[in-house]
Amino acid sequence: MYNFEFEQPGTIAEAAAALGSEDALALGGGQTLIPAMKQRLNAPGTLVSLSGIAEMKGVCLRDDGALSVGGGTIHATVAAQAGAHYPALAALASHIGDPAVRNRGTIGGSLANNDPAACYPSAVLGSGATVVTNTREIAADEFFQGMFTTALGEGEIIVEVRFPIPEKAHYEKFVQPASRFALTGVFVAKYADGVRVAVTGASEEGVFRWSEAEAALSGEFSAAAIEGLSVPADGMIGDLHGTPAYRASLVSTLTKRAVAAAH
Amino acid sequence: MPQVSMTVNGKATSGDVEGRTLLSSYLRDHLGLTGTHVGCDTSQCGACVVHVDGEAVKACTIFALEAEGAEVATIEGQANADGSLNVIQQAFQDHHGLQCGFCTPGMVMSAAALLKDNPKPSEAEVRAYLEGNICRCTGYHNIVKAILAASGQDVGAIAAE
Amino acid sequence: MPKDSGIGASPKRREDVRFLTGAGNYTDDINVNGQAYVHFLRSDVAHAAIRGIDTSAAETMPGVVRVFTGADFEGVGGMPCGWQVTDRHGNPMQEPPHPILAQGKVRHVGDPIAAVVADTYEQARDAAEAIDVDLEDLPAVVDMKSALAEGAPKLHDDLTSNLCYDWVLGETDDALVDKAFAEADHVTTLELTNQRLVANPMEPRVAVGTYERGTEDYTLYTTSQNPHVIRLLMCAFVLGLPEHKVRVVAPDVGGGFGTKIFHYAEEAFCTFAAKACNRPVKWTSSRTEAFMSDAHGRDHVTKIELAMDKDNNFTALRTNTLANMGAYLSTFSSSVPTWLHGTLMAGNYKTPCIQVNVKAVFTSTVPVDAYRGAGRPEATFQIERVIDMAARERGVDPIALRRQNFITEFPYDTPVALTYDTGDYNGTMDKLEAAADIAGFAARRAESEKHGKLRGLGINSYIEACGIAPSNIVGMLGARAGLYDAATVRVNATGSISVMVGAHSHGQGHETAFPQVVAEMIGIDESQIEIVHGDTSKIPFGMGTYGSRSLAVCGSAMVRATEKVINKAKKIAAHLMEASDADIELKDGVFSVAGTDKSVAWGDVTLTAYVPHNFPLEEIEPGLEETAFYDPANFTYPAGAYACEVEVDPETGKVTIERFSAADDFGNIVNPMIVDGQVHGGIGQGIGQALLEGCVYDENGQLLSGSYMDYAMPRADDVPFYTVDHSSQTPCTHNPLGVKGCGEAGAIGSPPSVVNAVIDALQSGGNEVAHIDMPLSPARVWQAMNG
Repeated sequence: MYNFEFEQPGTIAEAAAALGSEDALALGGGQTLIPAMKQRLNAPGTLVSLSGIAEMKGVCLRDDGALSVGGGTIHATVAAQAGAHYPALAALASHIGDPAVRNRGTIGGSLANNDPAACYPSAVLGSGATVVTNTREIAADEFFQGMFTTALGEGEIIVEVRFPIPEKAHYEKFVQPASRFALTGVFVAKYADGVRVAVTGASEEGVFRWSEAEAALSGEFSAAAIEGLSVPADGMIGDLHGTPAYRASLVSTLTKRAVAAAH
Repeated sequence: MPQVSMTVNGKATSGDVEGRTLLSSYLRDHLGLTGTHVGCDTSQCGACVVHVDGEAVKACTIFALEAEGAEVATIEGQANADGSLNVIQQAFQDHHGLQCGFCTPGMVMSAAALLKDNPKPSEAEVRAYLEGNICRCTGYHNIVKAILAASGQDVGAIAAE
Repeated sequence: MPKDSGIGASPKRREDVRFLTGAGNYTDDINVNGQAYVHFLRSDVAHAAIRGIDTSAAETMPGVVRVFTGADFEGVGGMPCGWQVTDRHGNPMQEPPHPILAQGKVRHVGDPIAAVVADTYEQARDAAEAIDVDLEDLPAVVDMKSALAEGAPKLHDDLTSNLCYDWVLGETDDALVDKAFAEADHVTTLELTNQRLVANPMEPRVAVGTYERGTEDYTLYTTSQNPHVIRLLMCAFVLGLPEHKVRVVAPDVGGGFGTKIFHYAEEAFCTFAAKACNRPVKWTSSRTEAFMSDAHGRDHVTKIELAMDKDNNFTALRTNTLANMGAYLSTFSSSVPTWLHGTLMAGNYKTPCIQVNVKAVFTSTVPVDAYRGAGRPEATFQIERVIDMAARERGVDPIALRRQNFITEFPYDTPVALTYDTGDYNGTMDKLEAAADIAGFAARRAESEKHGKLRGLGINSYIEACGIAPSNIVGMLGARAGLYDAATVRVNATGSISVMVGAHSHGQGHETAFPQVVAEMIGIDESQIEIVHGDTSKIPFGMGTYGSRSLAVCGSAMVRATEKVINKAKKIAAHLMEASDADIELKDGVFSVAGTDKSVAWGDVTLTAYVPHNFPLEEIEPGLEETAFYDPANFTYPAGAYACEVEVDPETGKVTIERFSAADDFGNIVNPMIVDGQVHGGIGQGIGQALLEGCVYDENGQLLSGSYMDYAMPRADDVPFYTVDHSSQTPCTHNPLGVKGCGEAGAIGSPPSVVNAVIDALQSGGNEVAHIDMPLSPARVWQAMNG
């Protein structure tokens, strides 16, 4: 890979300052960025590691009832600590990548990258979470702007994600056999004011809400309520691992399964 | 050139590295600890798994500078103090859990991390935990068996004993 | 009671200790003082003419030692093909040149255009980016049928077409074959693909070349299954170096599976460049590079037809295959679809009339060569899939149909050039039926159905030919090498033994298993015996390890050399005890005179051999060291029967392997633990082929499955525990150990049972699916159900 200056600030403010320099790039857990750098797909002049920032790590319940996950929190920590408050989120985190990846990869890194097959975006969108950066708060519905594209500005750092805790939720992941990313994954969350259904891995536009299913499930939260509903194959990803029609079919199947498994 | 310091298998180490120097490269090229292997460049094969501050990580997907001050454990430090194989290593030998040996260091380090958190895993838990460790030789049969045996579970009933 | 030592015992592997403690010595662990690093600039297009290469900027980059292009290798030989196939008209195959670095054209993504040698790897890579290559794109040639079409773009301008050869085996008279089919009561036809695979040993390839100016000696450290073969090919055909000035070392090698048999351009390059740069030169492949430079495997497209009479006896079989060679002929590529595939088309069955046609095709893809099984998996898959389909079409039990057509008398001359020396196919099928609890399947299916899953059972037989092979026969068939092997048994003065073998161990456990044989023959402890392999300066000229040949061929050489040692030792013992040679017996490491109480120990005799104060010097030479070369009289024929049970999720198409059972006949077995392990690994790869793996190019020749992100390697949770039985044993009749070879059986025997099981599951759910091409990914299974 290309060489770079390595910086490891201890505070968000220092990190923001470091990211202000030209060609600076933030390094979360590096589980996606480092492989990309090995292929020389990135050439940062400075790599600013966020892993030394204690204030960006950890899982806690906020006074408003939402679950706060620090942007630098690794998947293993979410898997281990979020379960008491938001079991579906902990379960999702416990199936990202593999154990060694979960010990490095962070929620902030995953969201900032917004890989169309990543798991976390579905939880954030499906929970109507708020992405908190060093400069502002961004609603999930505004944050994801298509494959590998987010509302984040240059040098902006995800410091926290706030998840409203649903009555019931479940993430149903169907793995791509090689990468073990989501070939399609569906996050279903039932809140007092309605149901949210977020789908990852399937769409060429990245993670999306399946509003038709949300409406049906908000009326009756059961797999039967969405029997016969489907997303159009048009716009779904077609690749080695599945056609658009297959992914569209998975969206229906996995949504039903997620609803049935939600608790 | 930046300098990095870390404890590796209980010994203090330090060296001049570049920003881009991976931990796997620091271990192999700077310290001569060639037991940590590199089998892919997409963080999937797991041949490079080591422990950083007690947790399994892929040494090819962390910069050496990120491990500044850390306690790193590699395959070279796993044997008992008298040089004999530890329980996991011995189980791999007893149950023929390795063939070419290339994935083996990562397998042993992952197995150690699993058993630390889950001392009596089920077969399914062992298989799931090994998601990030690819072996091309064994068909995993004897690796799973060895890990179950290392956890003290009876593997006598498993096929092809 | 299992034995605790010698033949038939399962001692723990001695090599494990170094691998388990990080003390292995793999090629990438070797660093030579002063070494430079090479990075290859590889083509990112499938087919293009090279209009110019400007290396001037690269040459001035920091750390750069030298930049090489194809022009630096004019007058140097190209990578050779080791097997000349003769086509159906008696003409030799078309054999294009395969330069070390591209000359004039690039012909696949990954074809090396230039090489930069620099002080560090990253500097070499930086400089490679500064090389300006002027490429004129040419149309990619990817699909084999299109490649053979009239007017298709030619990959090699000097060849008449993209056809390498059009080859026929078995009944060459088309009219006779047509007649057999015309007279059939039923014909089952199946078109299928045996998809391209990437071998993916976990250790990527590495080469380190060194050159000593003072002595003009070269050393090449390389990840090879056969160091002597590499030295011979590189010296004689590529670089024109004297063999005695070149040492090739293959130290610990992290798996091979065939793809480390071949002589690769990078090996020749590092050797050449070490002299040209006057520095050791090291190359370490990344996995990404491996996907586009390691020879691939399989890639056959086949139509097979099976004719049966009214009683379901097989009467004729015809198969037509397009075999992908890739852009160049890799070392043994041409032999795989022919003599390692066509010859196996009789399978385990007494089909009287067989015609095999193979057209080998050049395409703008990575060269294809042997991968675990090499031709035999392709043959087995066709036969066992078409029989399964025939059983369904005829409404008969697939096991009964197989049994009815099994060859039962041996030796058996097949219509496709082989003589099976021995076997018991009903015997292994009996073992399988018990091991797989086939009687209990119906209950298990009912249980699966309760959970909304479709359950299927697939079985198949297999036979393979390994222990390759009689040199005189393979020579007639086009091999440009002999296929014997060699061993030197060097007894030391104190009685311990070093055995230098031509076979190479890269996971097979030779260091443990081979001593078991010698220990048994002499009656001393295995710990007194050491196996030396992998270094041409230490071992006799053996041909290495592939085709499940190590024990059958090299082990036989080791037995012969040990016999020579014992015979000489008996002469020494006879002298010491003043008895006749003929009366000397060797048991448990002690020589005794028959009918007397006189004896001398092994160690006394070996010491006498090297301190020959009281020695028959007029009759024999001092010392105790013997070499034997062994050329097998025939292939060996492992055979068996496999069963797979799957569950299919009808909503997603996801296939889960619930049970997998194998019953193999490997003849005599030296180390059952290692044999089990070899079968497990083969099954794992076979399941990988059946369900997960596939190397895919797009129509432009771009490699879509170029990393583990898209090439699905089997993981621990993709497979179950396997049941392995090798108690049905018909010893090989022509080698001294009666062994057959077990390294590839699992990969050969397992794919059809998996596919048969999935088809069985789908049909049980009312899906009229006759066939799905591998890999049976969830998407493909779903598509088949919802097509």
